[in-house]
Amino acid sequence: MENKQTPLGYVSFSVFAWIVGLLIFFPIFWMVLTSFKSELEAISIPPSFISFDWTLENYVEVQERSNYFKFAMNSVILAVGSTLVGLVFAVTCAWAMAFNPTKRTKDALLWMLSTKMMPPVGVLVPIYLLFRDWGLLDTRFGLIMVLFLMNLPIMVWMLYTYFKEIPTDILEAARMDGATLPKEIIFVLLPMAVPGIASTMLLNIILAWNEAFWTLNLTTSDAAPLTAFIASYSSPEGLFWAKLSAASTLAVAPILVIGWFSQKQLVRGLTFGAVK
Amino acid sequence: MGAIRLEKVKKTFGTLDVIPGVDLDINDGEFVVFVGPSGCGKSTLLRLIAGLEDVTDGKILINGTDVANEAPAKRGLSMVFQSYALYPHMTVYNNIAFGLKMAGESKDVIDEKVQSAAKILNLTDYLERRPGALSGGQRQRVAIGRAIVRNPAAFLFDEPLSNLDAALRVNMRLEITGLHQELKTTMIYVTHDQVEAMTMADKIVVLQAGRVEQVGKPMDLYSNPANKFVAGFIGSPKMNFLGGDIAAKHDCHEIGVRPEHLAVSTDGGEIAATVKIAEHLGAETYLHVEADGLGPMTVRATGEVDLGENDRIFLTPEQDRIHRFDQHGLTLSGA
Repeated sequence: MENKQTPLGYVSFSVFAWIVGLLIFFPIFWMVLTSFKSELEAISIPPSFISFDWTLENYVEVQERSNYFKFAMNSVILAVGSTLVGLVFAVTCAWAMAFNPTKRTKDALLWMLSTKMMPPVGVLVPIYLLFRDWGLLDTRFGLIMVLFLMNLPIMVWMLYTYFKEIPTDILEAARMDGATLPKEIIFVLLPMAVPGIASTMLLNIILAWNEAFWTLNLTTSDAAPLTAFIASYSSPEGLFWAKLSAASTLAVAPILVIGWFSQKQLVRGLTFGAVK
Repeated sequence: MGAIRLEKVKKTFGTLDVIPGVDLDINDGEFVVFVGPSGCGKSTLLRLIAGLEDVTDGKILINGTDVANEAPAKRGLSMVFQSYALYPHMTVYNNIAFGLKMAGESKDVIDEKVQSAAKILNLTDYLERRPGALSGGQRQRVAIGRAIVRNPAAFLFDEPLSNLDAALRVNMRLEITGLHQELKTTMIYVTHDQVEAMTMADKIVVLQAGRVEQVGKPMDLYSNPANKFVAGFIGSPKMNFLGGDIAAKHDCHEIGVRPEHLAVSTDGGEIAATVKIAEHLGAETYLHVEADGLGPMTVRATGEVDLGENDRIFLTPEQDRIHRFDQHGLTLSGA
């Protein structure tokens, strides 16, 4: 493919990309900046940019008022737990669809994806009632189940596209070599799909980490993750922008770090199959 | 030990009869080649024997035991795939050892077997490499190594040489033939290349549309093809088929004459023709001619022949090498 680019086109494209990038980044930047301001400076107009009294008191107070580590631990358990449970189901499901497809495999995949198009609030009441009756409200187990089911279609889709790239011959060779189905999956399929599985896991950890609708509606304290932690700083006691910002910064920090170090995997995972 | 017998083996995909029902006997230690045009079902038949496809009906007997419903691993067969199908994340050593590990062999036994296979196949220096760092021929040897360590009842080869370049293909052909002479194990080899079939096989099975057209030794198929399809498929260049008066003279619907069984003369002969293209290969010359009233024909002349475009020549078939066919394409006996 030929790709001719004039210097002018290159420069203007770069400038445009930088503007978009900065626009997307600005809210996060502003949040981090605000978290270091005093409450008064946080709401002052015109807003101060760099020249304010940098302070850590918001972070101290946030940690004093609510136990950040308890919420963070819940977030980790929910995100990792739902991803691991999902992986067990998604790997087997994607294996079946990729290597033993039937006439209806494509339909099944589309149907799975279509469940993601339904607004979650549509099933809030039935799920809430089920949770209440089964005693799952505010339990980590219940939330792991909800998050896992919510992300399962995406996991299956991602793994399916990865598995499709693996030649069936190799799995058949393993079968001829005497591998049973579990061994075929564990020793041959999974090692070959490591990049795909890694990016699937990363994306799902991020999605589960950021999930707010179900975590806010189905938890109160015991199983509440960082989304609930942030939310607790927003309303009842009036507006505390600086503390809210500090809480939010603390909530996004871990995932931001993971995301930064695994950008390559993530981009590959999200664009896989789009370009061959 | 590996005698394989197919009894009315049938395979359908939906409503499509891929293999309508095949009976075949493969003796222990035999090198059998399945040959036929693409889509003739030869690979499917091999995969049925391997157990990678389920038979719709019929029996597959290995040493007298019906294995038609057994898992591939239980059949004691090894397979070499067209794409090599090596495990890309394992070293050559582990690729070869994988089957033994799955069988639960001890470390010492595995090491001994892998080393001896590597020695036979000249892979000793590459055992710690991954398949990605090997050439095509080396990968093919690893695939063969993986097959031989398991000491199978029979080897199955699915077009193993078609991914190699021409020079390497000839080498590997000789290596596989040599391996067969050394191991004396039953081998079933699938190819669409009739040259491979002719040079390697003890017994050739010619397939078309899932049916066995003829089974026999290479030279039997060449000299006494059962029908027009086999006659046309075996031998290169292809046999010439002539109808009309010349066929009537031999009391049949159509006659077949191989390009090498036509005598060329510039003075006179049975069939007058005009040379269209002459391919000079040195050792032999292929003449593509337009025979008067009979259409295009191919002639294979020995050595260098000084003929070119638009030269007039005469062709005379060797009388005892003429094949006669009826209107259904079946060979008529007593030429």
